Amino acid sequence: MISTYVILKEVKIMDKAINNASQTRMSWIAKVSAHLHGIYAKNEHKKGNIFMHPFRVMVNKEISDHVRSWRFIILIVIISLTCMGSLYTSLTNISDAVKPNDPEGTFFFLKLFTLSDGSLPSFLVFVGFLGPLLGISLGFDAVNSEQNKGTLSRVMAQPIHRDYLINAKFVAALMVISIMLFALGFLVMGLGLITIGVPPTPEEFLRIIFFILLSIVYVAFWLNLSILFSIRFRQAATSALAGIAVWLFTTIFYGMIVNLIAKAIEPSKMAMPNQVLSYEKLIMFLERLVPNQLFSDATTTLLVPSVRSLGPLTKMQMIGAIPSPLPLGQSLLLVWPQVTGLIAATVVCFALSYFIFMKSEIRSR
Amino acid sequence: MKQNIIELTDLTKKYGDYTAVNHLNLSINKGEIFGLLGPNGAGKSTTILMMLGLTDPTSGSVNICGINSTNNPIEVKRRVGYLPEDVGFYGDRTAMENLVYTAQLNGFSLSGARFKAEQLLERVGLSLEMHKTAGKYSRGMRQRLGFADVLIKNPEVIIMDEPTLGIDPKGVREFLRLIVQLSREDGLTVLLSSHNLHQVQQVCDRVGLFVKGKLIAEGDVNSLSQKLFADQLLTIEAGISPLNNNGSTIAELHDKLVKIEGVTNLNFISNTFHIGCNQDATQTIANLIVQSGIGLNYLHKKEYGLDDIYLRYFEGGENHG
Repeated sequence: MISTYVILKEVKIMDKAINNASQTRMSWIAKVSAHLHGIYAKNEHKKGNIFMHPFRVMVNKEISDHVRSWRFIILIVIISLTCMGSLYTSLTNISDAVKPNDPEGTFFFLKLFTLSDGSLPSFLVFVGFLGPLLGISLGFDAVNSEQNKGTLSRVMAQPIHRDYLINAKFVAALMVISIMLFALGFLVMGLGLITIGVPPTPEEFLRIIFFILLSIVYVAFWLNLSILFSIRFRQAATSALAGIAVWLFTTIFYGMIVNLIAKAIEPSKMAMPNQVLSYEKLIMFLERLVPNQLFSDATTTLLVPSVRSLGPLTKMQMIGAIPSPLPLGQSLLLVWPQVTGLIAATVVCFALSYFIFMKSEIRSR
Repeated sequence: MKQNIIELTDLTKKYGDYTAVNHLNLSINKGEIFGLLGPNGAGKSTTILMMLGLTDPTSGSVNICGINSTNNPIEVKRRVGYLPEDVGFYGDRTAMENLVYTAQLNGFSLSGARFKAEQLLERVGLSLEMHKTAGKYSRGMRQRLGFADVLIKNPEVIIMDEPTLGIDPKGVREFLRLIVQLSREDGLTVLLSSHNLHQVQQVCDRVGLFVKGKLIAEGDVNSLSQKLFADQLLTIEAGISPLNNNGSTIAELHDKLVKIEGVTNLNFISNTFHIGCNQDATQTIANLIVQSGIGLNYLHKKEYGLDDIYLRYFEGGENHG
């Protein structure tokens, strides 16, 4: 009898303890959740009350427009597919590429970006080829679509500077492109790392970073060119076509024309060396008038460290040279004129579009 | 206190040899609804663009709220809401997002912008459709959304370019009522351009007639018609049926009618007298006709509205007497 009483008492005490525990637990949960909620609400409140500069608002909107658009998704699919393809070809051929006594033997990792077996171009060539397409497609309807939608005059009636619009369009597209190219570059690096198991040296890593930065400058040029066309031409189709025409001309036809000229003025085999030299210089000058050539010169130098010069070299200069790769600093010095040229072309396009846009009259539709 | 909130001085805009706006002088008082009337291509839109600094005048100046629009367009645009002709919105964004974007460009915080946008969408009657994408909006709805878009910056002046174009009559009535209501409530100055006279007539305190880049007349509708039709304020049509077909009676009546004070012009065409008067002489005319023994079929008093002003000026000075 007593024992049952004791047991019951025990049970009661235990029950109470459990109850207490669960109660404290409940209150703890409530407390924590309330606290979390408070933090969340505060954050939300803070986020909502932050004053954003109109320019940032515009850039945000443009970026979200790009990311949401079908065009961007299609581009990403095309470009990542080609990159994966080129990575695949370089990976299948990389075992043949390793040769003894190769001056580039220390830059094994960079071969991921430059190697090709001929069936598919390398990553480097792909970026050079598809970069313009990326730039053109992100910019060709920047201003004229706003005009045709009737939103341009509405936005321009807000208290913002007129150049905010084109600046925002340029900055937003550039940010999207930069993120995309960096993501692709790192993706190729990561996949290569997993597959071949050889980590890049710091110099190789830096070379790749510079290569990506250079690609961004290159795409920025095409972006600015297409923004210029979008200001100049009322129809988006016309401006896209103009951009593609320039792209095709510089990639395909310009080289053919330069070849024709080169053949026409070729000096005879008996010509003096300085005559040959000036001829070579002229042809190189003609070739470098187009941004494609500047880009491919610069990127090749960066990714193939054994490239020692971008101009003609005489026998005299070659004597005593050891076929060893250049250090990064020297490679950068070598491509400096090319980079300057690319940036200058970009700035010229931007200045032109700025000039036209600031002077133009903004009518509704 | 009356003060000029919009002041155009000697404003001229030339496109090559073509003069779109020709030495325009105009001032608009605070709180009034002003209608800029004119046929297509009269230079109304160009004038509006110059007011907002969206295009530069060839000569002359625009001052809004005392600020020069050409030199300081940002400050002007802070105070002026502009609804362009056939306003467009980002079709893949909702009405709400479109408004929030405009508000943020005007320096609102995100939460402030949302609050204000919601308020305004309710005010213009779009609160049920605010999460629909703007691409699905009808013309009338888009115009109302445009009005909310204009109001979101708390403007002092609203400028609307052809706000009623392409909306059905019911929509026009609602839209104009909205304009009047909101401008009266908030004491806003409204300038709207139109080529549709009847609509403008209903809502405007004053109108300006704009033809070929020139402002040919301005004032409220009544004083305008008095000024323009000083000799012929109204026309009275009297349809008669001769009882005994007596020609002399009609001739007598004709003489009597001419002698009535205020009659300036009299025509008799197919049993109807067209009597032009500069004051209301309807009663006297009715009395005379009845006394003369001639049957009076109907008597119609026709006052001059903007329509006649419009026709008279825009279509080459035809005489509607």
